[in-house]
Amino acid sequence: MTPTRSTSSTAGSASRPQTALSRTVLEAADISRALTRIAHEILERNKGAADLVLLGIPSRGVPLAHRLAARIAAVEGSDVMVGSLDVTMYRDDLRLKPARALERTDLPPEGVEGRTVVLVDDVLFSGRTIRAALDALGDVGRPGRVQLAVLVDRGHRELPIRADYVGKNLPTSAGERVRVRLEEMDGSDAVCIETVAR
Amino acid sequence: MKSHLLSAADLTHEDALLVLDTAEELARLADRPIKKLPTLRGRTVVNLFFEDSTRTRISFEAAAKRLSADVINFSAKGSSVAKGESLKDTALTLEAMGADAVVVRHHASGAPHRLAHSGWIRGAVVNAGDGTHEHPTQALLDAFTMRRRLNAGPGEHQATVGTDLAGRRVTIVGDVLHSRVARSNVLLLHTLGAEVTLVAPPTLFPVGVDAWPCVTSYDLDGELAKSDVVMMLRVQRERMAPAGGGFFPSAREYSRRYGLDGRRMAMLPDHAIVMHPGPMNRGMEIAAEVADSARSTIVEQVTNGVSVRMAVLYLLLSGASEGESA
Repeated sequence: MTPTRSTSSTAGSASRPQTALSRTVLEAADISRALTRIAHEILERNKGAADLVLLGIPSRGVPLAHRLAARIAAVEGSDVMVGSLDVTMYRDDLRLKPARALERTDLPPEGVEGRTVVLVDDVLFSGRTIRAALDALGDVGRPGRVQLAVLVDRGHRELPIRADYVGKNLPTSAGERVRVRLEEMDGSDAVCIETVAR
Repeated sequence: MKSHLLSAADLTHEDALLVLDTAEELARLADRPIKKLPTLRGRTVVNLFFEDSTRTRISFEAAAKRLSADVINFSAKGSSVAKGESLKDTALTLEAMGADAVVVRHHASGAPHRLAHSGWIRGAVVNAGDGTHEHPTQALLDAFTMRRRLNAGPGEHQATVGTDLAGRRVTIVGDVLHSRVARSNVLLLHTLGAEVTLVAPPTLFPVGVDAWPCVTSYDLDGELAKSDVVMMLRVQRERMAPAGGGFFPSAREYSRRYGLDGRRMAMLPDHAIVMHPGPMNRGMEIAAEVADSARSTIVEQVTNGVSVRMAVLYLLLSGASEGESA
Protein backbone atom coordinates (compact mmCIF):
# COMPACT_ATOMS: atom_id res chain seq x y z
CA MET A 1 0.00 0.00 0.00
CA THR A 2 2.97 2.29 -0.42
CA PRO A 3 1.86 5.31 -2.43
CA THR A 4 4.74 5.18 -4.89
CA ARG A 5 3.52 7.87 -7.20
CA SER A 6 2.65 10.41 -4.58
CA THR A 7 6.04 9.87 -2.96
CA SER A 8 7.79 10.86 -6.17
CA SER A 9 5.64 13.98 -6.55
CA THR A 10 6.37 14.99 -2.95
CA ALA A 11 10.05 14.63 -3.66
CA GLY A 12 9.60 16.89 -6.71
CA SER A 13 7.85 19.60 -4.73
CA ALA A 14 10.52 19.51 -2.07
CA SER A 15 13.28 20.26 -4.52
CA ARG A 16 11.27 22.90 -6.40
CA PRO A 17 8.80 24.77 -4.18
CA GLN A 18 5.49 25.35 -5.96
CA THR A 19 3.62 28.53 -5.26
CA ALA A 20 -0.15 28.34 -5.55
CA LEU A 21 -1.73 31.55 -6.82
CA SER A 22 -5.24 31.76 -5.48
CA ARG A 23 -8.03 34.06 -6.57
CA THR A 24 -11.48 34.12 -5.06
CA VAL A 25 -14.30 33.77 -7.57
CA LEU A 26 -17.28 33.45 -5.20
CA GLU A 27 -17.62 35.24 -1.88
CA ALA A 28 -19.88 34.12 0.96
CA ALA A 29 -22.74 36.33 -0.29
CA ASP A 30 -22.43 34.92 -3.83
CA ILE A 31 -22.62 31.35 -2.50
CA SER A 32 -25.65 32.23 -0.42
CA ARG A 33 -27.46 33.78 -3.42
CA ALA A 34 -26.60 30.83 -5.65
CA LEU A 35 -27.96 28.36 -3.11
CA THR A 36 -31.16 30.36 -2.67
CA ARG A 37 -31.67 30.38 -6.44
CA ILE A 38 -30.99 26.62 -6.70
CA ALA A 39 -33.47 25.95 -3.89
CA HIS A 40 -36.15 27.85 -5.82
CA GLU A 41 -35.25 26.08 -9.07
CA ILE A 42 -35.56 22.69 -7.38
CA LEU A 43 -39.02 23.62 -6.07
CA GLU A 44 -40.10 25.01 -9.41
CA ARG A 45 -38.90 22.02 -11.42
CA ASN A 46 -40.44 19.49 -9.02
CA LYS A 47 -43.60 21.49 -8.24
CA GLY A 48 -42.99 21.53 -4.51
CA ALA A 49 -40.95 19.61 -1.96
CA ALA A 50 -43.14 16.52 -1.57
CA ASP A 51 -41.22 13.31 -2.23
CA LEU A 52 -37.96 15.24 -2.45
CA VAL A 53 -34.77 13.76 -0.94
CA LEU A 54 -31.56 15.81 -0.91
CA LEU A 55 -28.44 13.64 -0.70
CA GLY A 56 -25.10 15.36 -0.22
CA ILE A 57 -21.94 13.66 -1.45
CA PRO A 58 -19.21 13.80 1.25
CA SER A 59 -17.48 15.71 2.21
CA ARG A 60 -18.58 19.23 1.09
CA GLY A 61 -21.78 18.17 -0.62
CA VAL A 62 -23.29 17.31 2.77
CA PRO A 63 -23.36 20.81 4.33
CA LEU A 64 -24.54 22.17 0.97
CA ALA A 65 -27.44 19.70 0.98
CA HIS A 66 -28.38 20.79 4.49
CA ARG A 67 -28.29 24.47 3.48
CA LEU A 68 -30.50 23.78 0.47
CA ALA A 69 -32.88 21.81 2.68
CA ALA A 70 -33.10 24.73 5.15
CA ARG A 71 -33.91 27.16 2.32
CA ILE A 72 -36.53 24.83 0.81
CA ALA A 73 -38.09 24.33 4.25
CA ALA A 74 -38.23 28.12 4.74
CA VAL A 75 -40.06 28.59 1.44
CA GLU A 76 -42.41 25.61 1.68
CA GLY A 77 -42.96 25.65 5.44
CA SER A 78 -42.39 21.90 5.72
CA ASP A 79 -39.26 19.85 6.29
CA VAL A 80 -37.51 18.21 3.38
CA MET A 81 -35.65 14.91 3.71
CA VAL A 82 -31.87 15.27 3.64
CA GLY A 83 -29.00 12.84 3.98
CA SER A 84 -25.58 11.88 2.71
CA LEU A 85 -24.31 9.27 0.27
CA ASP A 86 -20.70 8.09 0.39
CA VAL A 87 -19.46 6.95 -3.00
CA THR A 88 -15.93 5.80 -2.05
CA MET A 89 -16.60 2.09 -2.54
CA TYR A 90 -18.04 2.75 -6.00
CA ARG A 91 -15.20 4.86 -7.41
CA ASP A 92 -13.37 3.68 -10.51
CA ASP A 93 -9.96 4.90 -9.33
CA LEU A 94 -9.68 2.83 -6.14
CA ARG A 95 -6.80 0.83 -7.53
CA LEU A 96 -4.88 3.92 -8.56
CA LYS A 97 -4.73 5.64 -5.19
CA PRO A 98 -3.95 4.63 -1.63
CA ALA A 99 -6.97 3.25 0.24
CA ARG A 100 -9.28 6.00 1.41
CA ALA A 101 -11.17 6.17 4.66
CA LEU A 102 -14.91 5.83 4.20
CA GLU A 103 -17.27 8.74 4.74
CA ARG A 104 -20.68 8.52 6.25
CA THR A 105 -23.80 7.41 4.40
CA ASP A 106 -27.01 8.58 6.02
CA LEU A 107 -30.28 7.86 4.31
CA PRO A 108 -33.63 9.15 5.52
CA PRO A 109 -35.50 6.33 7.27
CA GLU A 110 -38.28 6.64 4.69
CA GLY A 111 -35.82 5.55 2.00
CA VAL A 112 -35.46 6.75 -1.58
CA GLU A 113 -37.86 4.32 -3.24
CA GLY A 114 -39.92 6.12 -5.89
CA ARG A 115 -38.89 9.57 -4.65
CA THR A 116 -37.06 12.38 -6.43
CA VAL A 117 -33.46 12.34 -5.30
CA VAL A 118 -31.36 15.46 -5.74
CA LEU A 119 -27.65 14.67 -5.48
CA VAL A 120 -25.69 17.65 -4.13
CA ASP A 121 -21.95 18.16 -4.61
CA ASP A 122 -19.59 21.11 -4.45
CA VAL A 123 -17.70 20.85 -7.75
CA LEU A 124 -18.66 19.04 -10.95
CA PHE A 125 -15.48 18.16 -12.85
CA SER A 126 -14.87 14.84 -14.64
CA GLY A 127 -18.30 13.48 -13.72
CA ARG A 128 -16.78 10.30 -12.27
CA THR A 129 -17.95 11.02 -8.72
CA ILE A 130 -21.51 11.39 -10.00
CA ARG A 131 -21.25 8.13 -11.94
CA ALA A 132 -20.15 6.45 -8.70
CA ALA A 133 -23.02 8.15 -6.86
CA LEU A 134 -25.55 6.85 -9.39
CA ASP A 135 -24.23 3.31 -8.85
CA ALA A 136 -24.33 3.73 -5.07
CA LEU A 137 -27.86 5.06 -5.28
CA GLY A 138 -28.95 2.05 -7.32
CA ASP A 139 -27.86 -0.21 -4.48
CA VAL A 140 -29.91 1.56 -1.80
CA GLY A 141 -33.17 1.71 -3.72
CA ARG A 142 -34.92 2.75 -6.92
CA PRO A 143 -35.61 6.48 -6.93
CA GLY A 144 -38.34 7.77 -9.23
CA ARG A 145 -36.03 10.47 -10.58
CA VAL A 146 -32.47 11.59 -9.92
CA GLN A 147 -31.30 15.18 -10.37
CA LEU A 148 -27.97 16.83 -9.75
CA ALA A 149 -27.21 20.15 -8.05
CA VAL A 150 -23.65 21.52 -7.87
CA LEU A 151 -22.24 24.74 -6.52
CA VAL A 152 -19.61 24.98 -9.26
CA ASP A 153 -19.40 23.41 -12.71
CA ARG A 154 -15.82 23.72 -13.89
CA GLY A 155 -16.10 21.75 -17.13
CA HIS A 156 -13.68 19.07 -18.40
CA ARG A 157 -16.27 16.28 -18.33
CA GLU A 158 -15.03 12.75 -19.02
CA LEU A 159 -18.47 11.15 -18.95
CA PRO A 160 -21.86 12.08 -20.43
CA ILE A 161 -23.14 13.70 -17.23
CA ARG A 162 -24.61 17.17 -16.70
CA ALA A 163 -26.01 19.05 -13.73
CA ASP A 164 -29.66 20.10 -13.44
CA TYR A 165 -28.88 22.99 -11.10
CA VAL A 166 -25.61 24.93 -11.23
CA GLY A 167 -24.53 27.66 -8.82
CA LYS A 168 -21.87 29.02 -11.13
CA ASN A 169 -20.24 27.88 -14.36
CA LEU A 170 -16.49 28.42 -13.96
CA PRO A 171 -14.39 28.02 -17.08
CA THR A 172 -11.06 26.63 -15.88
CA SER A 173 -7.97 25.11 -17.38
CA ALA A 174 -7.15 21.51 -16.49
CA GLY A 175 -4.10 22.60 -14.49
CA GLU A 176 -6.11 24.79 -12.15
CA ARG A 177 -7.67 23.63 -8.93
CA VAL A 178 -11.04 24.74 -7.62
CA ARG A 179 -11.23 24.97 -3.82
CA VAL A 180 -14.58 25.26 -2.13
CA ARG A 181 -14.44 26.40 1.48
CA LEU A 182 -17.55 26.09 3.62
CA GLU A 183 -18.25 27.58 7.02
CA GLU A 184 -19.22 24.20 8.53
CA MET A 185 -15.88 22.58 7.70
CA ASP A 186 -13.37 25.33 6.91
CA GLY A 187 -14.60 28.26 9.00
CA SER A 188 -15.63 30.52 6.14
CA ASP A 189 -17.40 30.44 2.77
CA ALA A 190 -15.48 30.99 -0.46
CA VAL A 191 -14.74 29.43 -3.84
CA CYS A 192 -11.18 29.95 -5.08
CA ILE A 193 -9.29 28.99 -8.19
CA GLU A 194 -5.70 28.01 -7.48
CA THR A 195 -3.12 28.08 -10.22
CA VAL A 196 -0.20 25.86 -9.49
CA ALA A 197 2.87 27.60 -10.87
CA ARG A 198 5.22 25.22 -12.59
CA MET B 1 -1.42 0.44 6.54
CA LYS B 2 1.22 -2.02 5.46
CA SER B 3 0.66 -4.31 2.53
CA HIS B 4 0.10 -7.40 4.72
CA LEU B 5 -1.62 -8.03 8.04
CA LEU B 6 0.57 -10.54 9.85
CA SER B 7 0.59 -9.33 13.44
CA ALA B 8 -1.52 -7.02 15.56
CA ALA B 9 1.77 -5.30 16.39
CA ASP B 10 2.04 -4.15 12.75
CA LEU B 11 -0.87 -1.80 13.32
CA THR B 12 -0.17 1.70 14.58
CA HIS B 13 -2.80 3.51 16.62
CA GLU B 14 -3.81 5.35 13.43
CA ASP B 15 -4.01 2.13 11.36
CA ALA B 16 -6.11 0.39 13.99
CA LEU B 17 -8.59 3.26 14.17
CA LEU B 18 -8.78 3.36 10.36
CA VAL B 19 -9.75 -0.33 10.32
CA LEU B 20 -12.29 0.08 13.13
CA ASP B 21 -13.85 3.23 11.63
CA THR B 22 -14.03 1.63 8.17
CA ALA B 23 -15.65 -1.44 9.73
CA GLU B 24 -18.18 0.79 11.49
CA GLU B 25 -19.21 2.29 8.16
CA LEU B 26 -19.32 -1.13 6.48
CA ALA B 27 -21.45 -2.56 9.30
CA ARG B 28 -24.25 -0.25 8.18
CA LEU B 29 -24.45 -2.23 4.96
CA ALA B 30 -26.42 -4.86 6.87
CA ASP B 31 -29.42 -2.49 6.94
CA ARG B 32 -29.48 -2.04 3.17
CA PRO B 33 -31.56 -4.01 0.68
CA ILE B 34 -28.40 -4.90 -1.28
CA LYS B 35 -25.71 -6.03 1.15
CA LYS B 36 -22.94 -5.96 -1.38
CA LEU B 37 -20.42 -3.45 -2.69
CA PRO B 38 -18.66 -3.59 -6.07
CA THR B 39 -15.32 -2.49 -4.62
CA LEU B 40 -13.21 -5.63 -5.15
CA ARG B 41 -14.85 -6.80 -8.36
CA GLY B 42 -12.47 -8.88 -10.43
CA ARG B 43 -10.04 -9.49 -7.59
CA THR B 44 -9.36 -12.92 -6.17
CA VAL B 45 -9.12 -13.78 -2.48
CA VAL B 46 -7.80 -17.23 -1.60
CA ASN B 47 -8.69 -18.75 1.75
CA LEU B 48 -5.71 -21.00 2.42
CA PHE B 49 -6.55 -23.08 5.46
CA PHE B 50 -4.09 -25.69 6.67
CA GLU B 51 -6.06 -26.08 9.89
CA ASP B 52 -9.76 -26.71 10.31
CA SER B 53 -11.69 -23.58 11.08
CA THR B 54 -15.27 -23.05 10.16
CA ARG B 55 -16.08 -19.68 11.64
CA THR B 56 -12.96 -17.80 10.58
CA ARG B 57 -13.10 -19.19 7.06
CA ILE B 58 -16.77 -18.42 6.47
CA SER B 59 -16.31 -15.01 8.03
CA PHE B 60 -13.53 -14.16 5.57
CA GLU B 61 -15.54 -15.73 2.76
CA ALA B 62 -18.62 -13.63 3.58
CA ALA B 63 -16.46 -10.50 3.88
CA ALA B 64 -14.78 -11.04 0.50
CA LYS B 65 -18.07 -11.85 -1.22
CA ARG B 66 -19.79 -8.75 0.16
CA LEU B 67 -17.03 -6.75 -1.51
CA SER B 68 -17.64 -8.66 -4.78
CA ALA B 69 -14.25 -10.42 -4.78
CA ASP B 70 -13.95 -13.93 -6.19
CA VAL B 71 -13.24 -16.39 -3.40
CA ILE B 72 -11.30 -19.62 -3.74
CA ASN B 73 -11.33 -21.90 -0.73
CA PHE B 74 -8.29 -24.08 -0.34
CA SER B 75 -8.25 -26.44 2.59
CA ALA B 76 -5.37 -28.76 3.29
CA LYS B 77 -7.57 -31.78 3.82
CA GLY B 78 -8.01 -33.81 0.67
CA SER B 79 -5.78 -31.44 -1.28
CA SER B 80 -2.27 -31.71 -2.66
CA VAL B 81 -1.00 -30.69 0.77
CA ALA B 82 -2.25 -34.00 2.14
CA LYS B 83 -0.07 -35.60 -0.55
CA GLY B 84 2.97 -33.84 0.84
CA GLU B 85 3.15 -30.58 -1.12
CA SER B 86 5.28 -27.91 0.53
CA LEU B 87 4.07 -24.45 1.51
CA LYS B 88 6.26 -23.01 -1.23
CA ASP B 89 4.74 -25.12 -4.00
CA THR B 90 1.24 -24.36 -2.78
CA ALA B 91 2.10 -20.65 -2.77
CA LEU B 92 3.54 -20.79 -6.29
CA THR B 93 0.35 -22.49 -7.48
CA LEU B 94 -1.79 -19.74 -5.94
CA GLU B 95 0.43 -17.07 -7.50
CA ALA B 96 0.09 -18.73 -10.89
CA MET B 97 -3.70 -18.57 -10.47
CA GLY B 98 -3.51 -14.84 -9.80
CA ALA B 99 -4.41 -14.48 -6.15
CA ASP B 100 -4.65 -10.83 -5.09
CA ALA B 101 -4.90 -11.72 -1.42
CA VAL B 102 -4.17 -14.88 0.52
CA VAL B 103 -5.90 -15.42 3.84
CA VAL B 104 -3.83 -18.05 5.57
CA ARG B 105 -4.31 -20.21 8.63
CA HIS B 106 -1.46 -22.54 9.46
CA HIS B 107 -0.54 -24.76 12.38
CA ALA B 108 3.03 -23.43 12.32
CA SER B 109 3.74 -20.06 13.92
CA GLY B 110 5.30 -17.76 11.34
CA ALA B 111 3.92 -19.45 8.21
CA PRO B 112 2.07 -16.27 7.07
CA HIS B 113 5.27 -14.27 7.59
CA ARG B 114 7.18 -16.74 5.44
CA LEU B 115 4.49 -16.53 2.77
CA ALA B 116 4.52 -12.73 2.77
CA HIS B 117 8.28 -12.21 2.67
CA SER B 118 9.53 -15.13 0.60
CA GLY B 119 8.78 -13.55 -2.76
CA TRP B 120 6.66 -16.56 -3.71
CA ILE B 121 3.52 -14.49 -4.07
CA ARG B 122 2.86 -10.83 -4.84
CA GLY B 123 -0.58 -10.58 -3.24
CA ALA B 124 -1.42 -9.33 0.22
CA VAL B 125 -1.18 -11.88 3.02
CA VAL B 126 -3.66 -11.85 5.90
CA ASN B 127 -2.85 -13.95 8.94
CA ALA B 128 -5.99 -15.84 9.98
CA GLY B 129 -4.22 -17.61 12.83
CA ASP B 130 -0.75 -19.17 12.86
CA GLY B 131 0.14 -21.78 15.45
CA THR B 132 0.29 -20.26 18.93
CA HIS B 133 1.45 -16.94 17.52
CA GLU B 134 -1.20 -14.46 16.35
CA HIS B 135 -4.73 -13.95 15.06
CA PRO B 136 -4.88 -10.22 14.30
CA THR B 137 -8.36 -10.02 12.76
CA GLN B 138 -9.80 -11.64 15.89
CA ALA B 139 -8.16 -8.93 17.99
CA LEU B 140 -9.59 -6.26 15.67
CA LEU B 141 -13.11 -7.65 15.89
CA ASP B 142 -12.79 -7.92 19.67
CA ALA B 143 -11.67 -4.29 19.90
CA PHE B 144 -14.51 -3.29 17.59
CA THR B 145 -17.01 -5.10 19.81
CA MET B 146 -15.60 -3.50 22.98
CA ARG B 147 -15.71 -0.05 21.41
CA ARG B 148 -19.33 -0.48 20.35
CA ARG B 149 -20.48 -1.76 23.73
CA LEU B 150 -18.45 0.51 26.00
CA ASN B 151 -18.08 3.83 24.15
CA ALA B 152 -21.70 4.51 23.21
CA GLY B 153 -25.25 3.64 24.14
CA PRO B 154 -27.24 1.01 22.23
CA GLY B 155 -27.90 2.04 18.64
CA GLU B 156 -25.43 4.94 18.77
CA HIS B 157 -22.64 3.09 17.02
CA GLN B 158 -21.73 6.11 14.93
CA ALA B 159 -20.64 7.90 18.11
CA THR B 160 -17.78 5.43 18.52
CA VAL B 161 -16.03 6.51 15.31
CA GLY B 162 -12.59 7.90 16.06
CA THR B 163 -12.55 6.67 19.67
CA ASP B 164 -10.06 4.21 21.13
CA LEU B 165 -10.09 2.13 24.33
CA ALA B 166 -7.95 4.39 26.51
CA GLY B 167 -8.12 3.44 30.17
CA ARG B 168 -10.41 0.44 29.67
CA ARG B 169 -9.49 -2.58 31.76
CA VAL B 170 -9.60 -5.88 29.91
CA THR B 171 -9.10 -9.20 31.68
CA ILE B 172 -8.22 -12.16 29.47
CA VAL B 173 -8.65 -15.52 31.17
CA GLY B 174 -7.58 -19.01 30.20
CA ASP B 175 -5.03 -20.90 28.17
CA VAL B 176 -2.72 -17.98 27.35
CA LEU B 177 0.13 -20.39 26.56
CA HIS B 178 -1.57 -21.87 23.50
CA SER B 179 -3.64 -18.82 22.56
CA ARG B 180 -2.91 -16.71 19.51
CA VAL B 181 -6.06 -14.73 20.36
CA ALA B 182 -4.57 -13.61 23.69
CA ARG B 183 -1.28 -12.49 22.16
CA SER B 184 -2.92 -10.49 19.36
CA ASN B 185 -5.39 -8.94 21.77
CA VAL B 186 -2.69 -7.87 24.21
CA LEU B 187 -0.74 -6.16 21.42
CA LEU B 188 -3.71 -4.43 19.81
CA LEU B 189 -5.43 -3.42 23.05
CA HIS B 190 -2.15 -1.94 24.27
CA THR B 191 -1.92 0.10 21.05
CA LEU B 192 -5.48 1.32 21.64
CA GLY B 193 -4.69 2.40 25.18
CA ALA B 194 -6.43 -0.34 27.18
CA GLU B 195 -4.90 -1.98 30.25
CA VAL B 196 -4.80 -5.74 29.88
CA THR B 197 -4.54 -8.31 32.65
CA LEU B 198 -3.93 -11.93 31.77
CA VAL B 199 -5.28 -14.51 34.22
CA ALA B 200 -4.31 -18.18 34.03
CA PRO B 201 -2.90 -21.00 36.12
CA PRO B 202 0.93 -20.73 36.32
CA THR B 203 1.31 -23.66 33.93
CA LEU B 204 -0.63 -21.91 31.18
CA PHE B 205 1.50 -18.77 30.89
CA PRO B 206 4.12 -18.75 28.12
CA VAL B 207 7.78 -18.14 28.84
CA GLY B 208 8.55 -14.43 28.50
CA VAL B 209 5.02 -13.22 29.21
CA ASP B 210 6.52 -10.62 31.56
CA ALA B 211 7.86 -8.82 28.47
CA TRP B 212 4.34 -8.41 27.04
CA PRO B 213 2.67 -5.01 27.52
CA CYS B 214 0.26 -6.30 30.19
CA VAL B 215 0.12 -7.56 33.75
CA THR B 216 -0.50 -11.14 34.86
CA SER B 217 -2.39 -12.70 37.73
CA TYR B 218 -3.31 -16.16 39.02
CA ASP B 219 -6.41 -14.95 40.84
CA LEU B 220 -9.56 -14.38 38.77
CA ASP B 221 -11.80 -13.24 41.65
CA GLY B 222 -9.42 -10.40 42.48
CA GLU B 223 -9.60 -8.95 38.97
CA LEU B 224 -13.32 -9.08 38.25
CA ALA B 225 -14.52 -6.04 40.22
CA LYS B 226 -12.28 -3.66 38.26
CA SER B 227 -12.81 -5.14 34.77
CA ASP B 228 -14.70 -3.45 31.95
CA VAL B 229 -14.28 -6.55 29.79
CA VAL B 230 -13.71 -10.20 30.63
CA MET B 231 -12.57 -12.31 27.74
CA MET B 232 -12.69 -16.05 28.27
CA LEU B 233 -10.38 -18.22 26.17
CA ARG B 234 -11.19 -21.71 25.03
CA VAL B 235 -9.48 -24.37 27.12
CA GLN B 236 -9.04 -27.69 25.41
CA ARG B 237 -9.76 -30.70 27.55
CA GLU B 238 -6.86 -32.53 25.87
CA ARG B 239 -4.42 -30.22 27.63
CA MET B 240 -5.43 -31.83 30.93
CA ALA B 241 -4.21 -35.34 30.17
CA PRO B 242 -0.51 -36.16 30.66
CA ALA B 243 -0.27 -36.79 26.91
CA GLY B 244 -1.57 -33.28 26.21
CA GLY B 245 0.97 -31.74 28.55
CA GLY B 246 -0.82 -32.18 31.89
CA PHE B 247 -1.27 -28.43 32.31
CA PHE B 248 -4.04 -28.77 34.90
CA PRO B 249 -5.20 -31.71 37.00
CA SER B 250 -8.91 -31.85 36.17
CA ALA B 251 -11.60 -30.01 34.23
CA ARG B 252 -13.50 -29.53 37.47
CA GLU B 253 -10.60 -27.88 39.19
CA TYR B 254 -9.95 -25.60 36.23
CA SER B 255 -13.59 -24.65 36.03
CA ARG B 256 -13.75 -23.88 39.76
CA ARG B 257 -10.72 -21.61 39.76
CA TYR B 258 -10.84 -20.04 36.30
CA GLY B 259 -14.32 -20.64 34.90
CA LEU B 260 -16.78 -17.74 34.63
CA ASP B 261 -20.03 -18.73 36.34
CA GLY B 262 -23.02 -16.76 37.61
CA ARG B 263 -21.41 -16.01 40.95
CA ARG B 264 -18.32 -14.50 39.35
CA MET B 265 -20.41 -12.62 36.78
CA ALA B 266 -22.24 -10.92 39.67
CA MET B 267 -18.89 -9.50 40.85
CA LEU B 268 -18.45 -7.53 37.60
CA PRO B 269 -19.36 -3.84 37.35
CA ASP B 270 -22.81 -3.23 35.80
CA HIS B 271 -21.48 -2.08 32.44
CA ALA B 272 -18.94 -4.88 32.03
CA ILE B 273 -19.19 -7.29 29.10
CA VAL B 274 -18.22 -10.94 28.67
CA MET B 275 -16.49 -12.05 25.48
CA HIS B 276 -15.40 -15.36 23.99
CA PRO B 277 -13.75 -15.94 20.62
CA GLY B 278 -15.52 -19.28 20.22
CA PRO B 279 -15.95 -22.15 19.96
CA MET B 280 -16.99 -22.32 23.63
CA ASN B 281 -16.85 -25.19 26.07
CA ARG B 282 -20.02 -24.53 28.02
CA GLY B 283 -19.54 -25.62 31.61
CA MET B 284 -15.75 -25.53 31.32
CA GLU B 285 -14.41 -21.98 30.97
CA ILE B 286 -17.84 -20.36 30.75
CA ALA B 287 -21.18 -21.34 32.32
CA ALA B 288 -24.25 -21.50 30.09
CA GLU B 289 -26.04 -18.83 32.14
CA VAL B 290 -23.14 -16.45 31.46
CA ALA B 291 -22.84 -17.28 27.77
CA ASP B 292 -26.55 -16.63 27.28
CA SER B 293 -26.73 -13.49 29.45
CA ALA B 294 -27.20 -9.93 28.22
CA ARG B 295 -23.56 -9.18 29.04
CA SER B 296 -22.34 -11.78 26.59
CA THR B 297 -21.20 -10.42 23.20
CA ILE B 298 -20.44 -13.81 21.70
CA VAL B 299 -22.97 -13.63 18.85
CA GLU B 300 -22.16 -9.96 18.16
CA GLN B 301 -18.51 -10.88 17.83
CA VAL B 302 -19.38 -13.16 14.91
CA THR B 303 -21.39 -10.43 13.15
CA ASN B 304 -18.69 -7.84 13.80
CA GLY B 305 -16.08 -10.24 12.45
CA VAL B 306 -17.50 -9.92 8.94
CA SER B 307 -17.45 -6.09 9.04
CA VAL B 308 -13.91 -5.98 10.39
CA ARG B 309 -12.62 -8.46 7.80
CA MET B 310 -14.32 -6.47 5.04
CA ALA B 311 -12.47 -3.40 6.29
CA VAL B 312 -9.15 -5.27 6.32
CA LEU B 313 -9.62 -6.66 2.80
CA TYR B 314 -10.74 -3.26 1.49
CA LEU B 315 -7.78 -1.42 3.01
CA LEU B 316 -5.25 -4.02 1.86
CA LEU B 317 -6.60 -4.54 -1.64
CA SER B 318 -8.10 -1.32 -2.89
CA GLY B 319 -5.08 0.98 -2.81
CA ALA B 320 -2.36 1.02 -5.42
CA SER B 321 0.39 -1.36 -4.44
CA GLU B 322 3.99 -1.35 -5.50
CA GLY B 323 4.56 -2.89 -8.91
CA GLU B 324 1.17 -1.93 -10.34
CA SER B 325 1.31 1.83 -10.31
CA ALA B 326 -0.39 2.00 -13.68
